[in-house]
Amino acid sequence: MSAMAEMRFDLQVISSWITPGSRVLDLGCGRGDLLFHLQNEKQVRGVGIEQDEDNAAFCIARGLSVLHGNFIEEVADYPESHFDYIVLSQTLQQVYDPEKLLTVLLSVGSRVIVSFPNFSHWRVRLQLLLTGAAPRNEQFPYEWHNTPNIRIITLKDFRIFVRKIHGTILKKVAISSHHHETQGEIVRRFPNWRSTYGIFMIAGGERAGQVV
Amino acid sequence: MSEPGEKHCFTFAEPPGQMPVECGADFGPITLAYETWGELSSQKDNVILVLHAFSGDSHVASHESGDSKAREQGWWEFMVGPGKGIDTRKYFVICSNIIGGCMGSTGPSSINPATGQPYGMDFPVVTIKDMVRAQKMLLDHLGIRRVLAVIGGSMGGMQALQWCASYPETVASAVLLATTARHSALAIAFNEIARQAIMADPKWRQGTYYGGEGPELGLAVARMIGHVTYLSDEAMRRKFGRRLQNRCNLSFDFNANFQVESYLHYQGEKFVRRFDANSLLYITKAADYFDFTTVESSTLTSMANAGIRFLVTAFSSDWLYPTYQSKELVRLLKKNSIDVSFCEIQADSGHDGFLIPSKRLTDLLAGFLRGMRS
Repeated sequence: MSAMAEMRFDLQVISSWITPGSRVLDLGCGRGDLLFHLQNEKQVRGVGIEQDEDNAAFCIARGLSVLHGNFIEEVADYPESHFDYIVLSQTLQQVYDPEKLLTVLLSVGSRVIVSFPNFSHWRVRLQLLLTGAAPRNEQFPYEWHNTPNIRIITLKDFRIFVRKIHGTILKKVAISSHHHETQGEIVRRFPNWRSTYGIFMIAGGERAGQVV
Repeated sequence: MSEPGEKHCFTFAEPPGQMPVECGADFGPITLAYETWGELSSQKDNVILVLHAFSGDSHVASHESGDSKAREQGWWEFMVGPGKGIDTRKYFVICSNIIGGCMGSTGPSSINPATGQPYGMDFPVVTIKDMVRAQKMLLDHLGIRRVLAVIGGSMGGMQALQWCASYPETVASAVLLATTARHSALAIAFNEIARQAIMADPKWRQGTYYGGEGPELGLAVARMIGHVTYLSDEAMRRKFGRRLQNRCNLSFDFNANFQVESYLHYQGEKFVRRFDANSLLYITKAADYFDFTTVESSTLTSMANAGIRFLVTAFSSDWLYPTYQSKELVRLLKKNSIDVSFCEIQADSGHDGFLIPSKRLTDLLAGFLRGMRS
């Protein structure tokens, strides 16, 4: 299980939520760590979409099915409910139109798993309060002018957003990660203050009754 | 099984058992030229079928044994061989030529047994589907029931795609490089100019030039046009720019002054020595007629059910079959729940990208094939 331990902590949690043998789509799959793990440990038929040529080629050469391209364009081509799970890990904060994307994802997939850095962590709040400068830390390592993170999301914001798009939250967990993000723990008390990442599993409104 | 290191010929469809072709006729006898590399495993589960582009032949790579011709470098020497992307120590590689061609297989320059004369324009207008049907006969003859991968670039990619459509149960995976599901108006236009260059040459004589002087000028012009479409603006700037050939000043006449002109003349002359003008007419027509987007939905369902895995690769500067056409193909496969990977390789070499040594392409193919074996 050493491969598991090297995987980002949020991906370890996401992996534990996925039923063996299911169909999974990983958006922005990077070097394919999650898909590789799911394929080998859970007999999952996975597909990834990755914008970067190096990463996409690396994934394909690893034996994964990966499409090199922009996932917002690529995801729309699949038949309805084609996937059991769609994973959007640490990318939502970079999406221009999250409402449109999530609506598409909820039609192409039965369940959508979203993880994102929580902007309401106490250290973020404190940095802004005390320094008056845009917060920077392990989760938000960029300057305001070069960050790809164009959306600032908190756990609370996301819950409100899911209600707005008529989705249902099936599962949620707040985590606090450390050690290059490969280790961490579940945060149960005051998650909006204490967690570095939120992970949610959501379904479309009308489907909510029949899953999990 | 045949010896490696030589070009083999397989003849079939002898009358009265001719092979039906798409235009409605029955055609035979048919000879296909092919070569093989590596060893067929005892379970016959390590077969890779390589399909060549329109003017290619069965000589993908050099053989370790055989005569000097067999040892010559092949058109995909960097990709196929021991320890290479398509590793001939692991795989049994077959490359089959096509009907309609002039590289050892039956084509318009072959003798029509009915008349004792070359077919010329009496040769049926064959399609990609017909080419693949003939190749299937060859594999049946070799006793091969399943192919680990069909791999082809350009028109070879069309054949690979047709293999999946015609014989989904035979194919485990397909690698399609710099190819398209169908020719655009632009691609048809260039092919038509090439054909007209040949047919407008008075020496073409309705294709009955065999035994005398052929339409060499027309064929050379056709090749020059082809070569321009295989390159890219960037590659031509890099290779030639406006540099002059063996001179310092413009000559103020119509001799070749620029390097690009003399390159095209050279390519044209070289091609005339090895290719038959009528074959060019027939093969370009087959490529123009090919349209995978019109396949029956039941064919796509069979491909999905058979679990064929696809790898589609486009080259960023290919303007003959641009990336959007590969994406169109990928979209069609995706919509039909067919397993497909796609990669666009950044390269300035144009349509020829798949023939230019590249670590990226080699790693992609080697990794994809490894994934097919595990």
